[in-house]
Amino acid sequence: MLTYLLRRALVSIPTLIIISIVLFTIVTLAPGDPLAEFALNPAVSAETREQLRVALGLDQPLPIRYVRWVTAFLRGQMGYSFTSQMPVRTLLAQRLGTTLWIVGAGYGVSLVLSLVLGVLSALKPGSLFDRAATTWALSWFSTPTFLTGILFILVFSVKLRWLPSIYTSTLEVADPAGLAALLRQSAMPVAVLALFQTATLMRFVRSAILDQAHQEYVRAARARGIREFFIVSRHILRNALVPVITLVALGIPTIFTGAIVTEQIFRVPGIGSLLVRAIETSDTPVVMAITFLYAILVVLCNLVADVLYGLLDPRVRLGEPVGTG
Amino acid sequence: MRPHARSQRPPGPRQLPLPLVSTTLFLFIVLSTLVGPLVVAHPPGTIDFSQATRPPGWEHPFGTNDLGQDMLARVLVGGRVSIGVGLGAMVISTVLGTAVGVVAGFAGGLPDALLMRLADAFLALPHLPLLLLTMMLFRDPATSLFGPEYGPFALVTLVIGGLSWMTVARLVRATALTVREMEFVVAARALGASPIRLIRVHVLPHVLSPVIVAATLSVSSAIVMESTLSFLGLGFPPDTPTWGRLLYHARDFLDIAPHMALFPGLALFLTVLSLTSMGDRLQATLEPRRVPNHRPTKVVEHS
Repeated sequence: MLTYLLRRALVSIPTLIIISIVLFTIVTLAPGDPLAEFALNPAVSAETREQLRVALGLDQPLPIRYVRWVTAFLRGQMGYSFTSQMPVRTLLAQRLGTTLWIVGAGYGVSLVLSLVLGVLSALKPGSLFDRAATTWALSWFSTPTFLTGILFILVFSVKLRWLPSIYTSTLEVADPAGLAALLRQSAMPVAVLALFQTATLMRFVRSAILDQAHQEYVRAARARGIREFFIVSRHILRNALVPVITLVALGIPTIFTGAIVTEQIFRVPGIGSLLVRAIETSDTPVVMAITFLYAILVVLCNLVADVLYGLLDPRVRLGEPVGTG
Repeated sequence: MRPHARSQRPPGPRQLPLPLVSTTLFLFIVLSTLVGPLVVAHPPGTIDFSQATRPPGWEHPFGTNDLGQDMLARVLVGGRVSIGVGLGAMVISTVLGTAVGVVAGFAGGLPDALLMRLADAFLALPHLPLLLLTMMLFRDPATSLFGPEYGPFALVTLVIGGLSWMTVARLVRATALTVREMEFVVAARALGASPIRLIRVHVLPHVLSPVIVAATLSVSSAIVMESTLSFLGLGFPPDTPTWGRLLYHARDFLDIAPHMALFPGLALFLTVLSLTSMGDRLQATLEPRRVPNHRPTKVVEHS
């Protein structure tokens, strides 16, 4: 198991290196001088600009700048935002909580929904419930998150006036009323994220269960007279959940990138809206840090999925072919 | 792997390779975006403040926006851009993916290992943030290079296509690996067929059906990616009315003019829905043997 884990971890290092090189190259090859705005500032002389350039290490050759950037990043030094002059790390820390709350709640809701719907529709494939649920999933799958968000605002904020369309960051949860307000303002962003993720996950849960439902061991269990409930919960579900769990790990980066759009629609002050605002204001250090963090998250979740898969299914780590039997 | 898991039932003998309703719908949308702007009563750019934010009616079937521009014309013209990006990105990703896949599967050894590592790295890239980043950095140079009309279009299409070739590459490589060892290919090689001929005559026909399925689905995901970019205000410039851009603009008028969001949203939804169900059905008919893979590798990034 340890060698399997090590091998998996080692494989993800070159991936991360390639990604960091791609990212660095894109940003450095982009036209435009990072110090261009100082050129228009009469208070900054040409010499000062040159000194700044040296101080920032911009006079060094590209490979050296790359190595410096990576080593600084690994030590948690992500530089300073151009627009607010604050360390990027502080900016991120301020907003991480909100994003984690929205994303976590969204994923939680989506897991419960997709498991329940997936199992129920896989039990009777082709039934009315199954067709309704799969059609429902397909239509959410075909609705981009920003469209769902706009529809929700139209229905729940504009027409019904139930929920606020804008997320207030200054809200303090000190009493039950505060908690209710937090839940009310989180309801739509969480629902948008959850519905999109559910569409993907539910279809996957359903097909994983259907894959297992016709296996020999299920028929054997039935022949031994085991009750249907236990066949489903102890036999089918346990096997079907192995690929589902890895998909859940792989879905984490997707829901984080989905949060970029959701946070933008509902004006949620999280990491995603920080990224969009940083792009609008050409705040390169912030954009680079967040993009690279997303990349690390993807690689990390891939690794977790691989390890989980090896843990749950010994055939994988022994290198045996995984067949459906 | 298939996060959008396909229908489990094998298609019956009478099932069409394409679902009738969705295909008709998609063709109808494409045709109306092509012909529509030529025949609508109001050009998409005409500003008339006396007609601002009119609800749908005889004069303006989809209503007007805050500048009094006809929404029907704008949705139709926007559809041209959105579908154009989708198709363009699909062509790029399919050609690129097929080339990479054929080379990797046919050459084997080191080139194969390197190319597949590259595909893995591309799959691990966070696509939306990266798209946003490239749009921010290269929008102005692209505009000066190809002009204000085609610059953003070329950039968006290229970047989306360049970020979505991996699925096709993996599919083609897997097929090429199998086909390479088949007896008729070994025989052809023994007869002295060149690698180019082997690829053209034997490998490419074999990879056709998985590639068609992947290509259909990639059109819809490219359309979604483009509208997401435009919705974040980072895709096309404001005067190019793509569906995402129209929705981005409509967000500020939801309480007084909900039709500004409803019609572009509906067009986008119907297009993506019809493409997805076309892909689903194609998969079921062209590749009934392909059992759902147990091992998820990467979720299709899709926002």
